[in-house]
Amino acid sequence: MEFAYYPGCSLENTGKPYDMSIREVFKSLGVGLREIEDWNCCGATMYMSVDKIVGFAVSARNLALAQNMGLDICAPCSSCYTTLRKTNRHMEWNLHSRKLINESLKAANLSYEKMVEVRHPLDILVNDVGIDKILSACPYEFDGLRIAPYYGCMIVRPVFDFDDLDDPMTMNTLFSALGAEVVDYPDKVRCCGGMLMTTFEEVALNLNNHLLQCAEDNGAELIATTCPLCQMNLESYQSQINRKFNLNHHIPIVYFSQIVGLALGISPAKLGMNTLLIQLPNLKLKSKASRVAV
Amino acid sequence: MAKKFFVVPVKKREEELRAAFWEQIKSIPRGDKIQNCIQCGTCTGTCPVSYMMDITPREIVALFRAGHLEDILHSRAIWICASCYSCRVRCPSGILVTDLMYALKRLAMNKKIYPPKFPVHALSKAFIFNIYKYGRNFEIGLAIRYFLKADPKKLLASTGFGFAMIKKGRISLLPKSIKKVKEIRAIIDKAKQLEKEGA
Repeated sequence: MEFAYYPGCSLENTGKPYDMSIREVFKSLGVGLREIEDWNCCGATMYMSVDKIVGFAVSARNLALAQNMGLDICAPCSSCYTTLRKTNRHMEWNLHSRKLINESLKAANLSYEKMVEVRHPLDILVNDVGIDKILSACPYEFDGLRIAPYYGCMIVRPVFDFDDLDDPMTMNTLFSALGAEVVDYPDKVRCCGGMLMTTFEEVALNLNNHLLQCAEDNGAELIATTCPLCQMNLESYQSQINRKFNLNHHIPIVYFSQIVGLALGISPAKLGMNTLLIQLPNLKLKSKASRVAV
Repeated sequence: MAKKFFVVPVKKREEELRAAFWEQIKSIPRGDKIQNCIQCGTCTGTCPVSYMMDITPREIVALFRAGHLEDILHSRAIWICASCYSCRVRCPSGILVTDLMYALKRLAMNKKIYPPKFPVHALSKAFIFNIYKYGRNFEIGLAIRYFLKADPKKLLASTGFGFAMIKKGRISLLPKSIKKVKEIRAIIDKAKQLEKEGA
């Protein structure tokens, strides 16, 4: 199994721990990730607001590069995931646009004809690798670590093909299998505000406050995310939220891949655990062997 | 031509804008479904940020029908949409509301009609500037560029968390350009030219 890896801009900076942990986990499970050489920004939600064809053409360059590698794409950032898939759908739906996009790509001697699939690493891990295989590779398991699984918007919307739209369960199943206690988290697909944290902070702080409160009320010790923007909003604005609403949120926000990595016995440093702004006080990991002995 | 009764005459400006809007709508899958809106308000109800909007998603369609497209473009609502797609998956008439919002944003950008004292569109502009220059997003550069234009006070307010992220190695102070940045510029230039010819 091998995928063309599209980290996306966030994973080079604020989402670094996500990048580190995805690479480590995939390596450890024997799934190949070949980074797309010289990939560019997918255009995110921004280009869509300015020029449509330009936005799709920028995004399609990456798809064309993956097509030339002969591999499907693994895109961990939810925003990249949605944008790349949207470009695919648009090019399938509108043949005129497809022609224009391809004409633009031709300016760089590229063309995109054979559609490559864009997959989220959570989907790959659970549905391609499979939970059984992950479990058999894990020397450790969690001992009562209480996790709130936060899916956010874009891995189930607008198109939901690997999980349920209202109540996605992929992370729940995965974490439970790893021995963690997955708490009830009704806000699991509610929006974190995304770029609103920059453009309209008041709204975004309110949204994130709800998400943090909901996790804490349900007894979670940490929130696991699948998107670098959700992670950053939830993690780095906690002190601002506390000041604004006079609260004491202090809850670590980790990536789902870091959780998997810990159970796989990968060192926390390699998973970027030390780059989180709010550290996990207790990993609650125990080796599986000890359980067998008891 | 037979005279139509009960049709409010539409101003020339509005007519121009509507023509441009339909042009945008045509490029959205199922775009014409906007005509099937039953004004149920599910979009507004499911929207996590509608409580802060000056006009709600449902009202946007109503205003459009009533011939007030220009008012819609002057509203903050289209720029408050965080593109979470809740409305899109819920709409019983199958309207792609989020894409409608994008179409309105593009129209506003195109016609340079923005809400007063709410320069959110500047973020998109700063973002595409980065892509053209480096091929990738340069987060800290984007924030500085945007806040200088929109709200310089915020720059100071954000320094605390900025330093923390720099210390953790999660923000780089220098932009990283892709190798074939000329390629991306060629694609953008060509696509812009094609889009202009098409319009």
